[in-house]
Amino acid sequence: MDKSTVTKLISDDGIRCDGRKVDEIRPIKFQLGVLKNTDGSAYVEWGRTKILVGVMGPRESHPKHLALADRARIDAFYRMASFSVEEWKSPAPSRREVELSKVIREALQPAVFVEYFPRTSIDIFIEVLQADGSTRCASISAASLALVDAGIPMRDLVSSIAVGKVEGKLVLDVQDKEDKAGESDMPMAYMPTKNAVTLLQMDGQITYEEFQQSMEMLKKGCLEVYKKQREAIESHFKVVEPASEEA
Amino acid sequence: MSERIVPLVRKKQIIELSDSGKRTDGRSLTDYRKITIQTGVIEKADGSSIAMIGDTRVAAGVKFEIGDPFPDIPNEGVMQVGAEFVPFASPDFEPGKPDEVAVELARVVDRGLRESKMIDTSKLCIVPGKKVWIVHVDVYILDHCGNLIDTAALAALTALLTSTMPEACLEGDEVKLTGKRLPMPICDLPVNVTLAKIGDKMFVDPSFEEEEVLDCRISVAFKENGMLCAMQKGESGYLTVEEVLRAVEIAKDKSQELRKKVTEAINVAK
Amino acid sequence: MVAPGALLAEGDYEAGFNVYHDGEKLYASMVGLADLRNGAVSVIPLRGCYLPQPGDVVIGKVVECISTAWMLDIRSPYQGVLFASEFLSKPLNPLREEARRFLDVGEMVIANVIAFDRTRNPSLSTKDHGLGKIQRGTVIDVDFTRVPRIIGKKGSMISMLKKESGAQIFVGQNGRVWISGKTRDDEAVVAEAIRKIEAEAHTNGLTDRIREFLLSNRR
Repeated sequence: MDKSTVTKLISDDGIRCDGRKVDEIRPIKFQLGVLKNTDGSAYVEWGRTKILVGVMGPRESHPKHLALADRARIDAFYRMASFSVEEWKSPAPSRREVELSKVIREALQPAVFVEYFPRTSIDIFIEVLQADGSTRCASISAASLALVDAGIPMRDLVSSIAVGKVEGKLVLDVQDKEDKAGESDMPMAYMPTKNAVTLLQMDGQITYEEFQQSMEMLKKGCLEVYKKQREAIESHFKVVEPASEEA
Repeated sequence: MSERIVPLVRKKQIIELSDSGKRTDGRSLTDYRKITIQTGVIEKADGSSIAMIGDTRVAAGVKFEIGDPFPDIPNEGVMQVGAEFVPFASPDFEPGKPDEVAVELARVVDRGLRESKMIDTSKLCIVPGKKVWIVHVDVYILDHCGNLIDTAALAALTALLTSTMPEACLEGDEVKLTGKRLPMPICDLPVNVTLAKIGDKMFVDPSFEEEEVLDCRISVAFKENGMLCAMQKGESGYLTVEEVLRAVEIAKDKSQELRKKVTEAINVAK
Repeated sequence: MVAPGALLAEGDYEAGFNVYHDGEKLYASMVGLADLRNGAVSVIPLRGCYLPQPGDVVIGKVVECISTAWMLDIRSPYQGVLFASEFLSKPLNPLREEARRFLDVGEMVIANVIAFDRTRNPSLSTKDHGLGKIQRGTVIDVDFTRVPRIIGKKGSMISMLKKESGAQIFVGQNGRVWISGKTRDDEAVVAEAIRKIEAEAHTNGLTDRIREFLLSNRR
């Protein structure tokens, strides 16, 4: 392809290919309690990314030898549906899915009071129905809502977003097109009230100064996601009037 | 392995010692253990290396194979990193399928090398759109005494730097080897620096006993020009934003020292 | 209404249940209703699982018989253990008698929790008055966070339910309710009333609405 015919992903006045500004996130819609058979669940539409999360537990660990004596064992299972991407994807977990399951679990674990439930398991099942970039960020943000819905005690919600570098500019909340063509991708998960970074990855090339700038953008972006998470919780658990007769 | 039982007494000792900037093995918080790199150890490989940081020992071997290109990059060869945990390397390793720890290790090392664009993959093309070189870089963990990521990254990097590639040519429709060897198309020299957070301190190059008590770790890969090319936070603790910034600053500093070690080892090999 | 991580108070307050300290600050750890009582801040949970406490009376379902004890599902992450000595009036000799003869898998008991510290499974007993194997009636599962509402302030709701329906009702702390009426129809109406309480737990005037519901459905 001739280089000059390639459409630019960011216009000269800083507008991205989907009309967003460089520091603007996509429309994000969270919903809690969407599944019947789980202890907690959440659904997220993050731009065109669509993810369903179900939490089972705390429940007895099976097999029993996997149980931990002093805390609950958390497991995350990040899976992409075979139809979630352009080409058919084998449903067998890829190395990418194995790694993402691990970092997602590690991003959520600092938020959970695992010490409250020794010898039990908390399983977090994540099914990516449609992938359009930032699936790990959307998964973590939705999973923390599913944990809330399961009534699992937590220090804070975990909010997540990514910053990418596209055509030399840092942009917030990368979508698939930008991720594929971009020079870097840096997702972060964050517990705002604890100032705790629980996931941080980066690939691609950025300067040290761009890294510092990215951290600022990520913090702000996570706060925006946090706000949307709280709104979703409020609208789900909306209480008509305080129960005056509560025992 | 990640679900270990933390020896609390040890953790307390390590944290209290770190208050005066010391570590249980006598290092300062920013010291690496002794690094040794031996290249060209496996003659049958196209490139090889055994790297040691302290007692942690990782072997890396490079093998070229003729294969098909990825459809989206038809004119470029492919590099892929695999990690094998040899059962004698640690009582925690089990034979069989690589678990998530091995998968993460392989992918973190892979990203550090790949994203730096250290290999000019266009030079690995044999027949555009049809046949390219696949470069297998496999790291074997032989002895696990802490900081597998940096040790494996060093082994993989030095194995690649000292590799030569076979020359292939087209005879009719067939790809034939000429028997000659070509230098590797190397463009950069990325190194990876890992720090552990224990208590409120950052420890460069965590030892095994430090890894047992760490809250989390952060690994950062740097290109020769000082740019970041990969980063990974691991394990179940967290860092504050300020700790992240500090860790990356320290890592940037240490990356130059590591690169010097690599250059020395390569010069010895030459 | 608060969510985990919500700042509830700062300074001289005590952390009640579902609340944690971080320095001087108190944060919610659960989604629920914030509640300040006698200088202590708590969160009344809207979701969650049942954790046994000594003294709780629960309804358990036998899931396993071992030589001198039964394992009971009590709708908690931890199964209850009912030792034969806490269930039978005489010792059980596992060589001569099978535990299943006295209490079989699938049967249910009302028992109280005599010990639990999360490191071992909760120990149950049926020695107190009114406890033991459930012989008749029906058992329904409810959201355990709604148990206080089903009982009502000072037992107001449960007394009304019993009075208006004429049924025997027992609410286990673990979110199981035993209902024993004169007819199956009576039991069904009470079960429906309890579902209504569960769904409308946090609304005002609930007791009156439930009373009306029972009166209009009584056959």
